[in-house]
Formats: sequence, C-alpha cells, structure tokens
Amino acid sequence: MVKAKQKRKLLLVIIAFVLLVIAVMMSMGIGSVRLTPTQTWQTLIGRGDDYWNTILWDIRIPRVLLALIIGANLAASGALLQAVMQNPLADPGLTGVSSGAAVTVLFIMLVMPQFSALIPLGAIVGGAIAAIMVYTWAWSRQRGMTPVRIILSGVAVNAVFGGVIGLLSILYSDKLPAALQWMNGSLSGKGMGDVYAILPYSAAGWLMAILCIRQANMLRLGEQAAHHLGQNVNQVRILLSFVAVFLASVSVSKVGLVGFVGLIVPHMSRILIGSDYKYSIPFSLVLGASVLIVADTIGRSAFSPLEIPAGIIMAMVGGPYFLYLMRKGGA
Amino acid sequence: MLKLESMSIRYEDKSVVRDFSFEVLPGEVVSIIGPNGSGKSTILKGITGLIPCESGQVFIGEEELRSLSIRDVSRLLSMLSQANSSPTDMTVEELVTFGRMPHKKWYKQLNDEDYRIMEWALQLTGMDRYRERLVYSLSGGEAQKAWLAMALAQCPKILLLDEPTTYLDIAHQLDVLELVKTLNRELQLTVVMVLHDLNHASMYSDKVCVVKQGNVRAYGSPQEVLTRELIREVYGVETDIEIKNNSNPRIHVLHKI
Repeated sequence: MVKAKQKRKLLLVIIAFVLLVIAVMMSMGIGSVRLTPTQTWQTLIGRGDDYWNTILWDIRIPRVLLALIIGANLAASGALLQAVMQNPLADPGLTGVSSGAAVTVLFIMLVMPQFSALIPLGAIVGGAIAAIMVYTWAWSRQRGMTPVRIILSGVAVNAVFGGVIGLLSILYSDKLPAALQWMNGSLSGKGMGDVYAILPYSAAGWLMAILCIRQANMLRLGEQAAHHLGQNVNQVRILLSFVAVFLASVSVSKVGLVGFVGLIVPHMSRILIGSDYKYSIPFSLVLGASVLIVADTIGRSAFSPLEIPAGIIMAMVGGPYFLYLMRKGGA
Repeated sequence: MLKLESMSIRYEDKSVVRDFSFEVLPGEVVSIIGPNGSGKSTILKGITGLIPCESGQVFIGEEELRSLSIRDVSRLLSMLSQANSSPTDMTVEELVTFGRMPHKKWYKQLNDEDYRIMEWALQLTGMDRYRERLVYSLSGGEAQKAWLAMALAQCPKILLLDEPTTYLDIAHQLDVLELVKTLNRELQLTVVMVLHDLNHASMYSDKVCVVKQGNVRAYGSPQEVLTRELIREVYGVETDIEIKNNSNPRIHVLHKI
C-alpha cells in the first residue's frame, strides 16, 4: 500500500517532467513566426534552415530556458519558505525577500553600474536582509511565528523596500527605462549569455534544495517534535531560509520581480502529490518551470505584437488564486 | 537512570523552576503533578533542552545531557508534547518512520533493521492495524498511540510524556495510560510523565513527584505522597482518600477551601 502510493507519486513526478518537455517544445514553436513541433525538432537537432536557426537559438531557446530556470528557482524557494515558516502563504514575493533583492540590484544598476558583476551577490545580500527583517518582526517568544504575523511583517518589509525602489526610480529617472523592463519580470531580450550566467547558481540551489528534504520533512511535525527527533530547529531554519533566499535572489537578479510562482506552485504540488517534501520539492521544481514557461508564452503571444512580461501574467492569474486559497481556508 | 541536579529555569524575569532535584530509578514510572503554573511541563522541556536551563545538570546514566548534541539526546530519550499535529496526508506508518531519524545520518535511507523496529513499535502499541490510516483521521486516543509508536521507534532509554491524556475522553485516557504501563512492564522502559488527574497518577505510577512553585514539595510512592494534608496544602482542595487492601490511594475531590 505504502509502496504503491510511493510509486504513484514517482509516476506523477515523471508525468510532470514529460509535460515540461512538451511545454518547452510548444513554447519554442509559438510566436510571431510559428514553427510546427516537427520544424522545431529539426532545428534543434541541427537540420533547420538559417532563418529557423536564428529565431530558435538566438531568441526563443534562451527565453524558454530562462523561464524554466527561474520558474524552478522560485517554486523551490517558495516550497522551502513554506516549510520553514510552517505557513502555506509564505513565498519569496509576499515575505519581502524578492523586493529586498530587487532593491540591491536596482541600486547597483542605477548608482554604481561599474559593479554590475556583483549583481547576483548583491541580490542575495538584499534578500537575506529582507528575510532577517521578517523573522525578527514576526517572531514572538510566546507564540513563535504565526501565519498572520509573517504575512503582516512581509507586507511591512515589502512596503519599505517598495518605497526605496520608488525613491531610486525618481532619483535616477534618466537611467530608468532599462531598469523598469527588468523590474517587471520580463524575460524578453535575453540571450544564451544570461542563461549561462544564472544556470550554475540555480543548479547549485536545486541541489541544495534537494539535500534539505529530510530537514524540511521533520519540520512538518512541528518545531517541538523536530527538536525531540534530534533536529537543531534554529539551525535548520537558517539553513532552509538561506537556500530559499539564494534561489529567489538569483532569479530576481536576472529577471526582476516575478510574483506568485513561489506561492502557487508549492500549493498545487501539495494538492497533487501531498506534503512529503521527498516528492513535493522535485515536483515543485518541475511544475514551477512549466508554469513560468506557459505564463511567458501566453504573455508574448496573446496580445501580439505587444509583449506582456511573465511577471504581469503571473500577478494577474496569481492574485485571484491567492484570494481563492484564503477563502478555502488554506491560510 | 535520570537525575536532575538543582535545575533552574526562568522565562525572561520570572523564575519558573527553582533548584529542582530528583532522581528516577531504572524501570520506574514517575508522575509529576502539581497545580497549573507550578512548572511541571517546564521541567520536562528543560530535560529535553527545548528550553534552556539557567543552571543545573541533567544526567542519564553517566551522561550529562547539556554536554551532548540535540541529536545525541534524541537517541537517549523521546518526548511527546501535549498536543501533536501532523500533516493531513500523513499515515501512521509514515509518522513512525520519523522515530528512526535520530539514528540515521541525514543522507541514509531506512534499512531492514529500521523497518523491523518500526514493525515492533506498531505491534506493541496495537497500531499495526491502523498503519495505513491517516493520523489526522484517527480519534484522539488512537492518534496519541500512533505518536507513542513513533516515540518507541526512537528506542529511547527514557520516555517523557507531557500530559498525554489532556485532550482525551475518559476511556481513551485509560487506554493510553494502560499502554504506557504495559510498555513499562514489558520493556522495563523508564517513564516520566506530567499528569493532571491525581487518581491516574496514583493508579499508574511507582512514584509521584508533587511540584509546588517550581520545587519538589513531596516525592515518593503514591501512598506516602497523596495525603489529605498535602493535597489541601498544594491545591487548596478538600478530599477524601480511600485505601482498600493496600492498593494505591483513590482520591475523591470534595470542595475548595
């Protein structure tokens, strides 16, 4: 029975993976120039003509890969934050981690562009500062961290960093347009260079997330039970939070604010595959990648020739879904 | 087996446990009783290191717990808190696997030995027939037994229970306490539990420790400790005490003074 259940869950992970491959193929074909899956395949294996080659290799493949990486990062980050905070509403956006990272990135972009190589590192520092602020305010000695306090201090931290972003935008309005494109969570105009820049960090993050599975699982029994099972709960919290901040900040450094992936995907994965992180972390990684690819594909094709950043599509779909979760009592 | 030497614990500026010392012999069941706020649960939390102690030492055998890591402590003792919650989709069997975690390196998978121990814990607690049920869907008493099975899978030297019967109806209360007594008898497992019900403490313990304002007021067999005078002094309640054929005392609560 238990073995059968595990097999079913493994199968779900595999199905999600197959769907991801299909989403990647479809997404590469969709756009102002349409390619059939056969044409896409031909081009991928090196039998396409120059025109197809340019479209695929220079524009669409980097974009799809970037969506894949960022989606996986944000979903894993959300899953880990939800484990640490024992709160289904935690995600890098709502807890202020993303905007913390965004402030430092924007600061480097606008104020000291000569240090742009430090952007990923700066993002991690900014995200970590935001996480520390949220923890400090949400934690009370008597009651620990309740969902409401986390969300409230997340809102506060978000507001502070939102203010700083506004301030920077006004002070440096001359340099703003490029930064604005970045801030909206847009995946356009990126090349393979961007993919190579972010892939090593992200792959390291995925590996760390997978190595955190057992610790995250112990926290499911509550902080006291985890302690009695030999976990140093505070250390585990810091470790999981660090990995979550790392994944989210790396994503922000490349594409700005893409909200709700980190909230919705782990939640969907809990509904589909259950709360065991052994399955839900790999599942979230794959599902997050698919969701962002779909969002970005819709964003660039639905209102063509206009392009809607993936971040805006996610916010428009994610906001109502968030309200639906609250209604259902998921909070 | 378990020895506390002048343990003191304070919450911020309020001192909750003061210079508390007591010793539990191997194979004993000891109940800690006392009024609300007397520091009973805090003592257990101090033993497991959930709350830092201001001073004092805790020994299991020769080992001083504060010098061990949290993980090493979790191999020596298991503790069940007052209220336990598990994810809604966790089965009894999955819960019991967590009992093996203190004995596993973080990258090691469960092996045959672990499954054998889990099986043993499930059978002892009578939870083997519920193994595939969701813990969440069980009655309070059965859920408590599932958690006990997890604690047993930990293979502890000492089992600590913090008000294991608080949220249960009277039948399930007796069920759980009977199980604790059986485990004690069959495994020679040392048990220390915090209880509220004086009759439960009297029926199921070898020794009773009465705590008043964070200190030991009386410690000994139920006959020695549970007297009208002591209950009046500690709880401010008038009682009748019935002792039939040398059995443990039965306490009838009459009224408040």
